[in-house]
Amino acid sequence: MNIATLTIDQVREGLKKRAFSAVELTREALEFAQAENPKTNAYLHFSSERALEAAARVDEGIARGEDIGPLGGVPIAVKDVIVTKGVRTTCGSKLLAEYVPPYDATAVIRLEEAGGILIGKTNCDEFAMGSSNESSAFGPVRNPVAPDRVPGGSSGGSAAAVAQGTAVVALGSDTGGSIRQPASFCGVVGVTPTYGRVSRYGLTAFASSLDHVGPFARNVKDAAALLRVLAGRDPLDSTSAFAPVPDYPVDMDGGVEGMKIGLPREYFKDLPSETGDLILRGVETLKQLGCEVRDISLPHTAYAVGCYYIICTAEASSNLARYDGVRYTVRTPGDTLIDMYRNTRGAGFGLECKRRIMLGTYVLSAGYYDAYYLKAQKVRTLITRDFADAFERVDAIAAPVSPSPAFRLGEKTDDPMEMYLSDIYTLTGSLAGIPCMSVPCGKTVEGLPVGMQLMTRHFGEADMFRLAGAYEKASSFFA
Amino acid sequence: MKISEQEVRYVAELANLKLTDEELGRMASELDKILTHMDKLNELDTSAVEPMAQVLYEAGETATLRDDVERTPLGEEAALANAPLSGAGHFKVPRVIER
Repeated sequence: MNIATLTIDQVREGLKKRAFSAVELTREALEFAQAENPKTNAYLHFSSERALEAAARVDEGIARGEDIGPLGGVPIAVKDVIVTKGVRTTCGSKLLAEYVPPYDATAVIRLEEAGGILIGKTNCDEFAMGSSNESSAFGPVRNPVAPDRVPGGSSGGSAAAVAQGTAVVALGSDTGGSIRQPASFCGVVGVTPTYGRVSRYGLTAFASSLDHVGPFARNVKDAAALLRVLAGRDPLDSTSAFAPVPDYPVDMDGGVEGMKIGLPREYFKDLPSETGDLILRGVETLKQLGCEVRDISLPHTAYAVGCYYIICTAEASSNLARYDGVRYTVRTPGDTLIDMYRNTRGAGFGLECKRRIMLGTYVLSAGYYDAYYLKAQKVRTLITRDFADAFERVDAIAAPVSPSPAFRLGEKTDDPMEMYLSDIYTLTGSLAGIPCMSVPCGKTVEGLPVGMQLMTRHFGEADMFRLAGAYEKASSFFA
Repeated sequence: MKISEQEVRYVAELANLKLTDEELGRMASELDKILTHMDKLNELDTSAVEPMAQVLYEAGETATLRDDVERTPLGEEAALANAPLSGAGHFKVPRVIER
């Protein structure tokens, strides 16, 4: 057994054949992850006790002859913005350094009910705000493919864990590209499902109208299997969708011949040639599989960055108001209640969170609401309409994830606007609430992975996985 | 300049955020750059466009209320477990009302 390349099917087969027990696999996975962690700083802490208890339950089930569950015995890493009962959840922030949640996120409950083993919590940008994992209060994550480079963000730790092989699959969260961009930078599969497809209950709120929980995996089928477990209505999240959940891993075997793929011309116009060439080669593979490729237009793309950073900072300024020194472990004293709030927040939040709280407070403040927030909500309607129009003509869209591959640590920290602009290709899909994913489509001459983004209409995950699965079989870029 | 250092101070107060002098200076120039980019949205005539309220409104049934079913609440001890300061079953904060 090579733990670093295990798939969900291999874990399940191994358990069924009694090649190893769930406890043995979990012990080995924990040891391996702990030994590898100094190379990347992907994990903030490990949940050994909880993992071994869950593994023992899987083994007991096997001994009783029960079905081991779709994630039976699978070592899983979870981004540290997703709460875990009794297991520290820091959100990459000094403010929550010692926070031990009294409840579990729905996504975590579902993966454990399916037999999955939570082995540890992964590093991320503070409160998931960032595109490089450098805003974590607990140090940046290094890209396992190139240790002098960022893994992407904000779910950098989850992407690195899966790329490094210390977890079979992982959970991340995506608000404007925080799953797809690190998946692209680390050369793994990352999926942002339709808004509302996976419950947000227990996902620490950043921008509630844009937040998603989604999977990372080394292959398409594992990502599909994990999403199958996570998806579905949850009474604890009123925005979670009732739409039935297809059996994604089974459905993905259908063909893609005749599928119409749109290439948004606005996305390729200014794309650096090395990234562009790799993605166009990916599109060529889709053509060879029988897909019909069409030129399409998403005319409001250039407004997405402005629109997104108004909406997400406005929502963030409101969501982060709760960290005021009253309920969440850390307090910096002050003479009055207001002073205590201000001192706690001033000392606790890092620079990127402060910047976004300030922006959000500004755009929502008296006299500016119509000019910024309301305007942005109208532009969001236009961007969403762009996609609806496009999906009248095509079944899926192929696009870049990021204009460049992983950049060097420290390279972009001095210019937040430049960092925001590099999110352009992932923000649009987030604003429209459609399912999107990043699949590896090759490496640059320097050996850095590049991801191709696939997008489909609302609740079109089954089509997206079918396309990604066919692409994976026809290419050689997957782990 | 779209935002002055004085306005940055005012917004920091609204946000209950204590900033250092260095942060205030840095914030003014960074926010200015970002807000200038955001002005791009004014190129679009949106007078006839409805603001987005819920991204899946047209995609079908979503925002509904759940059934009002009794659930065991978290309980005082668990709810207060992460409090920086608590006592007598409450979160404790600096005095707000003078006697």
